[in-house]
Amino acid sequence: MTSLFEVMPAETAVDTPVRKLTVNVNGKQETLKVEPRLLLAHMIRQALGLTGTHVGCDTTNCGACTVLFDGAPVKSCTMFAVQADGHDITTVEGLASASELDPIQEGFKDEHGLQCGFCTPGMMLSAKALLTENPNPTEDEVRWALSGNLCRCTGYQNIVKAVLLAAESLQHQEASKDEGETL
Amino acid sequence: MTIDEVKIGGLGASRPRVEDNRFIRGKGNYVDDIALPGMLHMELLRSPLAHARIKSIDVTAAWAIPGVRLVLTGEMMASRNLAWMPTLSYDTQAVLATDKVRFQGQEIACVVADDPYIAKDACEAIIVDYEPLPVIVNPTQAMTAGAPVIRDDKENQHDNLIFDWEVGDKDGTDAAFSAADVVSELELHYPRSHPSPIETCGSIADFDRSTSKLTVYMTTQAPHIIRAAVAMVAELPEHMIRIISPDLGGGFGNKVPVYPGYVVSILASILLERPVKWIEDKTGNLISTGFGRDVYLRGQMALRKDGKILGVRMHTDSDHGAFFSDAQPSKFKIGLMHSAFACYDIPTAHLTAQGVYTNKAPGGVAYRCSFRVTEAMFFQERMVQAAADDLGLDQAEFRRLNFVQDDDFPHRTPFGFLTDSGQYGKCLDIGLEAVGYKKFLEQKEEAKKNGRLLGIGISTMTEPLGAGNSREYDILGIKMFDSAELRVHMTGKAILRTGAKSQGQGHETTWAQIVAHELGIPADDVVVEEGDTDTAPFGMGTYASRSTPVAGAAVSMVSRKIRAKARKIAAHLLEVSEEDIDWELGRFYLRSSPDRGVTIQECAMAAYSNVPDGMEPGLENNAYYDPPNLTWPFACYIATVEVDPLTGVWDVLNMVAVDDCGVRINPMIVEGQIMGGLTEAYAMASMQFITFDDEGNCVGSNYMDYLLPTAWETPGFELHEVVTPCPHHPIGAKGIGECATVGGPAAFVNAVMDALKGSGVRNVDMPLLPDRVYEALTTSRDVSGAPPIRTS
Repeated sequence: MTSLFEVMPAETAVDTPVRKLTVNVNGKQETLKVEPRLLLAHMIRQALGLTGTHVGCDTTNCGACTVLFDGAPVKSCTMFAVQADGHDITTVEGLASASELDPIQEGFKDEHGLQCGFCTPGMMLSAKALLTENPNPTEDEVRWALSGNLCRCTGYQNIVKAVLLAAESLQHQEASKDEGETL
Repeated sequence: MTIDEVKIGGLGASRPRVEDNRFIRGKGNYVDDIALPGMLHMELLRSPLAHARIKSIDVTAAWAIPGVRLVLTGEMMASRNLAWMPTLSYDTQAVLATDKVRFQGQEIACVVADDPYIAKDACEAIIVDYEPLPVIVNPTQAMTAGAPVIRDDKENQHDNLIFDWEVGDKDGTDAAFSAADVVSELELHYPRSHPSPIETCGSIADFDRSTSKLTVYMTTQAPHIIRAAVAMVAELPEHMIRIISPDLGGGFGNKVPVYPGYVVSILASILLERPVKWIEDKTGNLISTGFGRDVYLRGQMALRKDGKILGVRMHTDSDHGAFFSDAQPSKFKIGLMHSAFACYDIPTAHLTAQGVYTNKAPGGVAYRCSFRVTEAMFFQERMVQAAADDLGLDQAEFRRLNFVQDDDFPHRTPFGFLTDSGQYGKCLDIGLEAVGYKKFLEQKEEAKKNGRLLGIGISTMTEPLGAGNSREYDILGIKMFDSAELRVHMTGKAILRTGAKSQGQGHETTWAQIVAHELGIPADDVVVEEGDTDTAPFGMGTYASRSTPVAGAAVSMVSRKIRAKARKIAAHLLEVSEEDIDWELGRFYLRSSPDRGVTIQECAMAAYSNVPDGMEPGLENNAYYDPPNLTWPFACYIATVEVDPLTGVWDVLNMVAVDDCGVRINPMIVEGQIMGGLTEAYAMASMQFITFDDEGNCVGSNYMDYLLPTAWETPGFELHEVVTPCPHHPIGAKGIGECATVGGPAAFVNAVMDALKGSGVRNVDMPLLPDRVYEALTTSRDVSGAPPIRTS
């Protein structure tokens, strides 16, 4: 019997129903065979080994499992892996490029926006989705956008500061890019 | 050439956190992230009933599911003498139930399978036949004559009483009350709460038959205590047990006790000779693991007309659930409840305490507090406000009048603790100034004329952090010291290990700062490791704000031992006698010729290449630190609120925190901890609690019912500081991690009660849900939050 948590070989045990799916994770195409009931969070963590996506509450409340699904934040603990067939997923491991951190990651470090680190990946991905849609959010907009992600350590104040700092540095980046283009 | 201490990341530097580099990349290493070859997965079957006799358990269908490797019940555990285990409070606790279930969520059986989905399927296939029994959910029910005896497994246990305990001076206190002009009274319930770190509990047990070694990766705040407990319970030799606590997704006291899941996963791995992983789900965590609070407090204050407090009486009835498994020093049955009123100069006090069994989850833990200090300080500050109101005195002035004065230290508290330092009045002044106290009182009067209800609440307290000195503090007889081991390599870089265990506190960052302060080695040159019992020195772990007071002190002491040896090496290198050299940060120099000197790095190289005759080579040492006393930080929290009289909803207008935790190692981290603590205080005051219905069903078993504030609800905080160094700590530091959780709730509740002043309402139990506040406003009566919850 092959474990659900392994990428299944084609000749999987006959009694296990299997679905084939193709998903783009952090820019990389992955083809997997999984049980239909496998949760997306477990596919990401166990089958793909991307353990930065955490499972906190199992009920879509805490947001530790937040990933970007075609750019929108979703809670991967209450989605099935098969629902991701043909879609793009971004996890925390996809935030930084090889050479540099995302401004959101920089912001969380600079503003002390994390303590135990467990909620951090989901928190940063919700922030990423916000800043993509709204590059210049108010404090209230940041608080609202993060209200699906729970943190027990920080009291949120520094997380909010981190996101606002990231917004600022993204705008600087954009501004210097524009300047570069005009020149 | 003097080194700038802040530049090398020493004391007072808001040094960016070392651990963040992995966390922000998703490269943390939490228990569930670990996968071992051949690993199996375990799931627990839990009781749906709060009190019932088990008539039979049928596991046939579970065994028949493909992929199931093992099914264990209490009966099978009993055959190995493992159905029961000792608790941290000298009681016993069922590992898997054999005779009865005693709370909803109690562990009955386990399944080990190829993956957790199969294990869950198989748990559902287990058939348990129950005979329901009457259920007890509060101390009054527990102590009613003829109440069913929950712990009928214990010989000589004929009722539900666990302990009767008292402390203080009864006769002296009676005399103070006889002399009183006014006696003020208060009664309240501090509701059951759950620390609820976002990461639940879990373990991976890996028994290797070929080496006889058991390795357990485990969510534990106290790996060495766990190793000792496993050695005793499972009768395995201690040197063959390795407990590894990797990154923890929060702890807050929840990850101190030994839980049945850990024990069963260990036995399963021994039986199957394969690694067995158990990861609890959120409901399992909320309904079965260590809770906080659940204490009924009542008391009286003897007062002189001019506002002087003459004495205090307190009584607590505590609900410990089905097994007395509080994680606390063994000498104190109701923790450090008697630290109450420590910041006030009160001549005499008396406390009586009664603890009982109920059909609720066991495990009273120090939820972001030092062993019941949260309840003590909450009662203290609610009582102080009630007394000020009864006397018609200003609540700030009443506190100031009774504070222990700055020149009055060391001060013996009415219950016998010795506080050592503080500037209470100064903290209060800063807080009042910051909140604009006088102006707010005027605004409040003005608003009242327009039917608006404003309120201001103050909470001032000093609390005992950092258990402890070994005369008074032990857990199961193990003294509560802590340890550090430092190895300085030849190039002047170093590795430090301690007996503490960070769960987000940032030890990898701050411990290196203490080394930098003591030795002048840049903090970036010091790597910190914790949590592996095979490599870390023995320590009691991290809870009760004990890391900085105890393990942090050990880091200082071991660094000083290293410095003492380096001094001898320096004298040898400079070819002078030790008496002729002096130390400045990072360097020994010749007193008569300060330009001639050697750096700590040069001493390190010499320790491996050029030691004086007769000296042992190398530059490493360890320190076990037994603190002379607890540390006593002080805090003043002031909240202002507006209550909507039409709905009972209240909003925080302002929250000011003035904390004096002595010398701050890393101000950024200290402030982060205070803001986190204030948020948990707000949570408890406003929404977060665990309650039960009359059948013992846990209400609050998931994050849809157990409400934690989000970024949207959480108010902003304004922080201020005062620094009164701890006189006995090597670097003058005091604990801080829990002050705001301990002192914060009373500020919010006092503010709401202040808004209701004049309505005849004396108390509304936490959390101050809008319906409770509305009920108080409309009926002018106190509102109790004691379970069972009202269903009508």
